Amino acid sequence: MPRYFTQDHEWIDVDGTDATVGITDYAQSQLGDITFVELPAAGSSVAKGDSASVVDSVKAASDVYAPVSGTVSETNAALEDEPELVNSAAESDGWLWRMTLSDAAELEGLMDEAAYKTYVEGL
Amino acid sequence: MSDTYKISPDETGEAQAGPLTLPLDGWHRARGGRMVAFAGYWMPVQYEGIIAEHLWTRTHAGFFDVSHMGQLYIAGEGAEAAIEAVLPIDLSTLPLGGVRYSLLLDDNGGILDDLMVTRWGSGFYLVVNGATKHDDIAHLRASLPDAVSLTHLADSALFALQGPEAFAALAPLVGGEHPLSALSFMRGASFTLGGVEAWISRSGYTGEDGFEIAVPAESASVIADLICAQPQVKPIGLGARDSLRLEAGLPLYGHDMTPDVDPVSADLLFGINKRRRGDGGFPGADRILSLIDTGSVTRRVGLVLEGRMAAREGAKVLWGEAEVGSVTSGGFSPSLEKPIAMATVAAELARPGTQLVIDVRGRKIAATVTPMPFVPHRYHRKGAA
Repeated sequence: MPRYFTQDHEWIDVDGTDATVGITDYAQSQLGDITFVELPAAGSSVAKGDSASVVDSVKAASDVYAPVSGTVSETNAALEDEPELVNSAAESDGWLWRMTLSDAAELEGLMDEAAYKTYVEGL
Repeated sequence: MSDTYKISPDETGEAQAGPLTLPLDGWHRARGGRMVAFAGYWMPVQYEGIIAEHLWTRTHAGFFDVSHMGQLYIAGEGAEAAIEAVLPIDLSTLPLGGVRYSLLLDDNGGILDDLMVTRWGSGFYLVVNGATKHDDIAHLRASLPDAVSLTHLADSALFALQGPEAFAALAPLVGGEHPLSALSFMRGASFTLGGVEAWISRSGYTGEDGFEIAVPAESASVIADLICAQPQVKPIGLGARDSLRLEAGLPLYGHDMTPDVDPVSADLLFGINKRRRGDGGFPGADRILSLIDTGSVTRRVGLVLEGRMAAREGAKVLWGEAEVGSVTSGGFSPSLEKPIAMATVAAELARPGTQLVIDVRGRKIAATVTPMPFVPHRYHRKGAA
């Protein structure tokens, strides 16, 4: 299942028209202790680049942008009681939401893992 | 993700030539401190993580580098009267080595800064906020008579050691005329520390017992190493400094108080000493004394929020549908494990227990006016055990 990355430090795993979105390990390390995650409503539609979620750390609230457009199908209920999952497992159990893509062509502008790694090293 | 991990945009200094470095810059980096621009300097926002550092300070002892703050020395013929003309402080009751909180006010009673004033044998030692220090120096120099000099002690580093084990950590390291135990809250004296002279006061910004320690900048890293070698001590960044002071109900300049806020609205009347409330004779006295009589229109309050989503500076405070104020600082309290905030609200809604609502990015969050401090102070007051 291919994984893509954005310049805003989201990752997206794509399986056909279904996808899972989270923030990268680099992003969580920059944000520090995460205390709350505001998730989009299941069923809501998001457009590429929209602020779809907010990750609250002790320091600040940070927007998470939709990497592509689509409809939110599910959110990570575990984060309600355990927002720190985003710190400990940003790119696995700390996923934020699942969605159905409306335009797979939007994936073309995103980075693959190697490109993202190079991008982060340059920051 | 947006990149919003700086503390607050108006305190980043925005220095034209970029942030400056402080004496411990390399020391922080070597210890894994994540450096951010703050008050015009590179400073550590965190080392291992804000929550861990916060809780360590509440249970052991945290070492803070606050060398960005302005250390000033005012002396000369008539210095005492000259300071009383600029600050609403009563120096007649301030003993040698005594430390007192005060406010720098404009002619309208707006708050230009908050500061600490200490009586030294020969003059007065002031500690002011880092982001405001250059404005403060200019303001004070313009206000003081020619016979009174103001020296910026720019070659002095300033540390804070805070927490219930701060005394146990520091006491074995200091020598001098008196033992460290001679200091009670808001008292200071000269000691030797790591072979140099250090001015140490029992004071701080966390609500805990602890000390503030001024040492020559060239000895800063040696002394930081010495203190942090104590098993009770870990270095703590700006992030936890902010969450600790918020829990302690201590306002932060530029956020909970600004030139648009007077000391009555900011609930900082303790910064205007009793004698001065009668005599006046300080900047803004007419307006402030009148506000003391009539009461202010707005008031700084503490709020405890429902749920886990924090309200940040600028969030609107509602009462029913009506906008009645705004959050001046807020965040997640690591000790209480819930979000807390300070806000300015209509004075008639300032009573503890009042139920308000905060608009956080369109979500309506219930909040209760709560007496501050949110976490009890544990100062080592004179006469206490």
